[in-house]
Order: sequence, then structure tokens, then C-alpha cells
Amino acid sequence: MSSATHFNLTARVLHWSMAALIVTMLFVGIGMVASMSWRPSLVSLHRPLGIAILLLAIVRLLNRLRHRPPPLPADLPAVQMLAAKASHWVLYALMFAMPLVGWSMLSAGGYPVTMFKGFMLPPIMPHNATSYALLRSAHTRLALLLFATVLMHLAAALFHAWVRRDGVFASMARGEPPPVDATLAPAVDADEARSGDADETAALAQVNGDER
Amino acid sequence: MPDLESRPASPNPRRAWPALLGITLIVAAAALAFAWVAGWLTPSRLTPQRFTNAIETSNGHIYRGFRRAHAKGVCVAGYFEGNGQGVTLSSARIFAPVRTPFVGRLSVGGGSPYGLDSKARVRSMALELNSDDGQQWRMAMNSFPFFGVASVQAFYEQTVANTPDPATGQPDPVKQAAFAKAHPEFARFAAWAKSAPWPTSWANTTYNGVNTFRFINRAGEQHDVRWSMQPQTAFAAMSSEQREAADGNFLSEDLDVRLAQGPMRWDMVVTVAKPGDPIVDPSQSWPEDRRHVIVGTVVIESTTPQTTGACRDINYDPLVLPTGVEGSGDPVLAARSAVYSVSFNRREHDIASGKAASATGPAAPQGAKP
Repeated sequence: MSSATHFNLTARVLHWSMAALIVTMLFVGIGMVASMSWRPSLVSLHRPLGIAILLLAIVRLLNRLRHRPPPLPADLPAVQMLAAKASHWVLYALMFAMPLVGWSMLSAGGYPVTMFKGFMLPPIMPHNATSYALLRSAHTRLALLLFATVLMHLAAALFHAWVRRDGVFASMARGEPPPVDATLAPAVDADEARSGDADETAALAQVNGDER
Repeated sequence: MPDLESRPASPNPRRAWPALLGITLIVAAAALAFAWVAGWLTPSRLTPQRFTNAIETSNGHIYRGFRRAHAKGVCVAGYFEGNGQGVTLSSARIFAPVRTPFVGRLSVGGGSPYGLDSKARVRSMALELNSDDGQQWRMAMNSFPFFGVASVQAFYEQTVANTPDPATGQPDPVKQAAFAKAHPEFARFAAWAKSAPWPTSWANTTYNGVNTFRFINRAGEQHDVRWSMQPQTAFAAMSSEQREAADGNFLSEDLDVRLAQGPMRWDMVVTVAKPGDPIVDPSQSWPEDRRHVIVGTVVIESTTPQTTGACRDINYDPLVLPTGVEGSGDPVLAARSAVYSVSFNRREHDIASGKAASATGPAAPQGAKP
């Protein structure tokens, strides 16, 4: 489907599962470095979760390259269009960068990259103080950038869902709607909906149709 | 087919404001939750960063590129040779009758890399063992037989109480007395510090793991354990006159002399808890009659200065453990892991930013005053 109005199922499953994982990771990460007691258990969760996100990001990128996402609404202001494109680039870049920087950082710090007891990934950087320090700082700064971008993404998604009601949120929230049977179609006349700018009924129908 | 999904919709200002308010509240709530978890909203909550700050303040000076605690020491290298006896307790590879190489460190307590060995009550041994199954075990042990305090908060209060008063350059005795009163368990540690003999060498000092760990063997059986490295080198104590007269770096000088003769050895003695023994309180020793198992020998063969040696860039985090060993619920153990990590990060940042010439060069002063 070249002119899809919705993300495909793979994209949607990856989006929502990775959203949960990434938000969890951000809180686990900031929590483990600030805790006197939770660090050991949170660190042992943080490492395998990070690698899981890296693997999912690879699948997600492949899927994204094979399936064009639905276009943004044509009437979206240019600034918002640009912000949407740029923030998605940043999110994709960080989905790869965060785990790779983390893995490199542990390698450069001389730490074992333990996934679970008895299973370690090999180091991908030589043990070196200078590279460790740079990577350690980068990991924190990129995490803060990722959290800020996630918040912007969340705000924009809700803006599409609740204010613009333009179907952008729905394109990720659920699949293509089934073909509408004319005889059973709800009593909303599309032409009428288009004509009435401040038509409460049409707006409500829009909400019901899009966001349920 | 009418396509409601992609219909361009213009925001209706009359209906938009509750939605915009909702969005703002949701995003603000997420940001606040993050800030709270990070500790940014609770300046009085003890975090590893704040604990490390307290250690730096207590040291009176930030010695860039050095460990924030136990700053003075040397790197050592050698191997651990298991004797097979530990296999019944833990599936860790090092307990098999094989040699496991390590990069280690012998050090003295205190925050200054230029402190006098003769004034350092506490000595320590740290090991990073790399076994042939690709796993790693890091240990950090001390010459005291039990920890000074029972909780992380008390550990922090001890650090603050020992901070020198800027007016006198000495810790405030009133604050130290108040600390001791608030933490009666500290009296036993103070008694140890006052009366225990001072060994003449790193080689004849006993190093105790102090915190409890859990050993798990191949059958999945678990035991709560503590361990000690007990020297094969004959014990000899220093008198206070000998300490007065000793060189500020007598420990590393003695080590060089001894290693020129041959390697130094310690027995690793594992003590197995009985039900009811204190697990989460490192200030409580276990009764003497607990089962002791000698599981192998630590053999130190060589030493290098810490400014150029391999131990400089290792964080001896006692919770880097192989299969067959787990941490216990001892809160001090988790706190050590957390604070060591911050100390390590700061040290490596010092080195990376070029602020640590005296901690990294071969010409670095070994014992001279800064």
C-alpha cells in the first residue's frame, strides 16, 4: 500500500513497545546513578534492556525503509512539518546512539558488558580513561536530549490527537479502518463535515472516529 | 470513500484550551517525575554524588586523577590459585584448581595520595580477577575486621563528622563525639583502631571482605559468606616508635624489597554463616566458630606505580561478580558500588581533561607533599 494512511502493524507494535522500553530506560538510567541502594539491580536491568532496544531499533529502521510512513497532513504549518521531521531523525539517531555509546562506554571503562549472569558482550572499545570519560559524559547528555525529545514528541502527538484532530495520532494508534459499508455507515456526512468549520457534531465524530 | 482520517482540521480555539492545558500538565508531570527520580527536587536526599562531595570535602582538597578514597596505593599483579575446596560453595570458576590472573591494588585509607603510610590505620587490597570462562570478579577488602557503622546514612555522617574544621585543620571533636554517641556500634570500630596491632607490611596484613555475599554452587545451593585474605607472611607488629621513625612510603618500599625476593601469598578463607547471623549489617562480626574453608591462594608477583599501572583505570566495584556469587542485601555494599562509580567517573574525567598530570605521569611524585 503506497498511500497508506496508517503505519503498518510492525511499525505500530515496535513504536509502542519501544516507547515503553525507552521511557523505562530513561527513568532506570537517571534513577540508578542517583540512588544509594537501587544501583546494583537497576544497572543489571539497564544493560540488557539497552541492547534489546538496539536490536529493536535495527528491525524498526529496516521496516521504516521498506514501508513509507503515512504523509503528514498537507495543511500542517511548515515549522511543525520541519519539527516533526527533525525530531524523528533525532529519535532514530538516539535509539541507536544511546545503546552503542553505553556499550562503548562500558568497554572503555574496563567494565564487563554483562547481559545476564555468565553472558557478556565483547568490548567494542579499548580500555582507556580519556575515551571512557568522553563517552560517559556523552551518555548522560544524549539521555537528557532523548528525554527532552520524547517529551516534545509526546506533546506533539497529543496536540495532533486533541487539538488538530488530523488523524496523525490515529495513524500510529491503530490500523487502517475497514472499508465502510455505505448502508451501515454512521450518520456523518463527510461533505457536511468538511463544510462546517465550527461544526460541533463533525468535530465530535472526528474525535470518536480517530481517537477511540 | 470519505476519508475522515486525513481530513485537514483547523484547531478550534474555543475547544483547544482544555486540551492544551491537559498536554502541558502531562508533559510537566513526566518532567517532574524524571527530575524527582534524578534527585534534583530533593537536595537533602543522599545520592552517590553528594556522598562523594562529602568525601572530597573531608579530604580537604580534590586530588585530581586520584581515587577520592584510599587515594594512595600501588598496582600489583599476580594470580589466584584455587584448591578445589570452594567448588562445594560456589560455581565461580576461580575456585577450580586453576590459576586466574588478576590486576590488583594495595592501598591505604585516606583521601590524600601523599599521606603518610605510618598514619594510615586502614590498609586495603583490591583485585580484578579475570577467569578463563570470560567472567570477572572484583573484590575490595580492608584491614578492619568489621565495618565501622551499620548503615549508609551513618557512613555518610561519619564522613561529615571527620571533615576538618577550616579554622583548625582538624576534625571537630564535638562533632566526632556526637557521631559516636548517635552510632553506638562505632565504639567497637574505635576500639579496634586504638588497640589492634599495626602490621609491618602490606604483606603480613589480613584483608577482610567485611560485607556479606551469597555463594551459589552448581546444585543451586546457596550460602551466605564473608571472606578474608590471610597472609602466609609471618605477622610482625610495629611499635609506635617504629611508626614514628618509618618513612612516609615504607609500605611500597617494603613491597619492592619483598617482591625482589619472591611472590607474596595470602590464603582466601571463606566463612559460612549460620542461620540468624547478621547478613545486612557489616558492623556485626560473626561468631568465631563458624565454618572456615580455605579455597585458594592469592599470589602477588609484581608491582607498578598507580600513576602508570593498570589498576589506575579500574573501578574496584565489589558488585562486579561472576556466576556463583551474588551480593547480599547489605545496604553498605550497594552504597560502595554507587560511590565508587562516581569516584571513578570523576577520576577519569580529571585524566581526560588534562587536570591530572600528577596522577598519570611516570614522573608523578610518589610520596612528596603536594
